[in-house]
Amino acid sequence: MKKTDLISSIFNSCNISKSDSKNSVEAILQKITDAISSGEGVEVRGFGGFSKKHRKARLGINPKTGERTQVEEKSVPVFKPGKSLKDSVNKSNV
Amino acid sequence: MSITKKNIADELVNQVGLSNVQALDITNEFFNQIKNSLASGIDVKISGFGNFVVREKSARPGRNPKTGEDVLISARKVVTFKAGPKLKGATHNSN
Repeated sequence: MKKTDLISSIFNSCNISKSDSKNSVEAILQKITDAISSGEGVEVRGFGGFSKKHRKARLGINPKTGERTQVEEKSVPVFKPGKSLKDSVNKSNV
Repeated sequence: MSITKKNIADELVNQVGLSNVQALDITNEFFNQIKNSLASGIDVKISGFGNFVVREKSARPGRNPKTGEDVLISARKVVTFKAGPKLKGATHNSN
């Protein structure tokens, strides 16, 4: 499923125009992005949470050349699936 | 303090000009659609954000850390999220 599919299915199931659906999806994604990068994080019951994790600087190895290089410290976005999401994904297994 | 669905819905009211009821409805639908797709085993790829991927984990031997008992962890499906370059960049640059 891609972003356009997501926009169409919201357009089909909620009573709004196609352009409002598109703007809404973009606004939601922007809001989540902002909340992650500001360090606030996002928590959606039953779905999961987004947060920011700090990665320390480390000595890395360029796998191509075998050269040692310094990897700077950075922050990365992480997603932790919620219980209900975990369960619904796993249940299709059994 | 992390933001919740309420904050996201408020954003839709302000940015898109929807009613409160519509905004909450769309926010719920947004997460439900992603969830349903993943539940049916279909990955969700959102450009400019990231990919939600269903991965199959095979069974492996594990141990109950409390009792020291050996148990078999059954095969399962899990969701992983891989952030796209845009989201990574936004997160990194806010340092």
